[in-house]
Amino acid sequence: MTQLILEQALNGLQFGLMLFLLAAGLTLVFGIMDMVNLSHGSLYMGGAYFGAAAAQASGSFLVGVVVAMLGMAAVGVILEVLLLRRLYLRDHLAQVLATFALILIANDAVRMIWGPQPLLLNPPAALAGPVELFGFIYPAYRLLIIGVGLAVAVFLYLLISHTRAGMWVRAGAANREMAETLGVNVRQLFTIIFALGAALAAAAGVLLGPLLAVQVGMGENILILAFVVIVIGGIGSIRGALLGSLLVGIVDTLGRALLPTLLRATTAPEVAAHLGPALASIMIYLLMAGMLFWRPQGLFPARA
Amino acid sequence: MKEVRPATRIEVALLVAAAVLPLILQALGEDYHIGFATRLLIFALAATGLNFIVGYGGMVAFGHAAFFGIGAYAVALMMTAGIFSAWITWPVAVAAAALAALLIGAVSLRTRGVYFIMITLAFAQMIYYSVISLEFAGGDDGLSLEQRSTLAPLDLANDATLYWVTLALLSICLIALKRLAASRYGRALTGVRQNETRMAALGYPVQHIKLVCFVVGSAVAGLAGALLANQNGMASPSQLYWTQSGMLLVMVILGGVGQRFGGMLGAIALLGLEEVLGRVTEHSHFYVGLALLAVVLFAPRGLAGLWTRQK
Repeated sequence: MTQLILEQALNGLQFGLMLFLLAAGLTLVFGIMDMVNLSHGSLYMGGAYFGAAAAQASGSFLVGVVVAMLGMAAVGVILEVLLLRRLYLRDHLAQVLATFALILIANDAVRMIWGPQPLLLNPPAALAGPVELFGFIYPAYRLLIIGVGLAVAVFLYLLISHTRAGMWVRAGAANREMAETLGVNVRQLFTIIFALGAALAAAAGVLLGPLLAVQVGMGENILILAFVVIVIGGIGSIRGALLGSLLVGIVDTLGRALLPTLLRATTAPEVAAHLGPALASIMIYLLMAGMLFWRPQGLFPARA
Repeated sequence: MKEVRPATRIEVALLVAAAVLPLILQALGEDYHIGFATRLLIFALAATGLNFIVGYGGMVAFGHAAFFGIGAYAVALMMTAGIFSAWITWPVAVAAAALAALLIGAVSLRTRGVYFIMITLAFAQMIYYSVISLEFAGGDDGLSLEQRSTLAPLDLANDATLYWVTLALLSICLIALKRLAASRYGRALTGVRQNETRMAALGYPVQHIKLVCFVVGSAVAGLAGALLANQNGMASPSQLYWTQSGMLLVMVILGGVGQRFGGMLGAIALLGLEEVLGRVTEHSHFYVGLALLAVVLFAPRGLAGLWTRQK
């Protein structure tokens, strides 16, 4: 039992950190520009496809990761300059329409280039096996993801809270007009943020590729989870995104693993069989709705 | 101030044209298209309900698929229990959607702006995941209908009859919503949309007014869902998924938010474009997406806004 809980907790941590890579960009876009970007999941999907294609062509997983991040950062810059920039001052409805259109375009573009079949993405050969960790067995590749996720979290923390650019970002999230008045070039800053967010989403896509399937529609599922994360964490806050990601990753993973067992111990088996999976899959949405109801500004409100 | 005026000649002409459409299609031997036309009308109905919430009530609801799907599942579940009559199952479908909207709305309306978008999304996803994990609701596969609902004395197994029934229901809903919008309640709703604080200060029960709007629009979606289950022969989980909510919202924005025929226009334009492009390319969504981007950039008030005067 402890073995199971520990393993699932690590899986939850790993999933949470990947969610953080997605949520970090999304929360800044949402927080600073008040922009509902539904196409963030498409950047994640694009990253996975770029990465899988590059890894297949070069035979190196690392090349796949780098190509995915650089490629999607470039796509992000193009998108931001050509399209999204025109939407910041429009209402949320226009943003929903445009970014939903981007999902449709991205899904079919991927189908045109790579076909409808899922792509295969193998983890690097050196990390394919399991490792022993404090007396129990855990896949090496998942450990690598945890390591990368933690490194990115630390990097972002330093970037946001200890550099001048990070200060501008925080100022923009707290009060955009004020930051602009005080001389921050929010337009340019935002292009950079969007590119960074796209690169991080792409990294999540390619890193999760060997664990989940690289297929059309992969972005739609995870996008909503990323929204759950940033609502819980507080829109616009990187710190909130990190805490929210870990919370959602661990609650979701542990819930799916443990809730059915727990219910079986406390209620009738036929009730548990129906209620367990249902309850486990809606728990994070309950968490989100509860947060919106009692504390809509989230755990770490970014707005001043 | 809006006046309830009698239907214009154009509206009557359009209705007559829509009514004779199945006869023309049958004469041309294009019976398949009757089913497609029914689908258009069903989505027009669902989008009309959403347009009432978004356009008249000013609430950007991102969970309309939940009520659309609840209507479909209500009909399918009652059919597995042996209840086939539409006279029973369709009103129950509407009531189920309305009840769900009442509960969800009562909680969600405590929030506003992007938080309202997000909380309606969260509730809709809860319903989606609950339904796919329930075995008796068919799980991931959804529920097939044994047959279409019975609507004595009419025979819904006939495609043209289902089309006419759908057209009649859509017309009734459009007229009812038009009257509702022009009523005392509708004026209060407009007031709330324009300035909630002022209406509250004037003593109007603002929350109550918004909740009624949310429930009415969602109930219309429940009816559309009941019809779609009949047209598709099944209730499918994809009907509950968030992308379906997105699609419905896209239809409303495309057609024209708050325009009386906005939802209908958007549904017909979007599904029509998809169908036409589907004939010539496998990747119709790519071009649909480009067309939507063009609308965002060049027709900010939607298709209906292209030929109505600026208010």
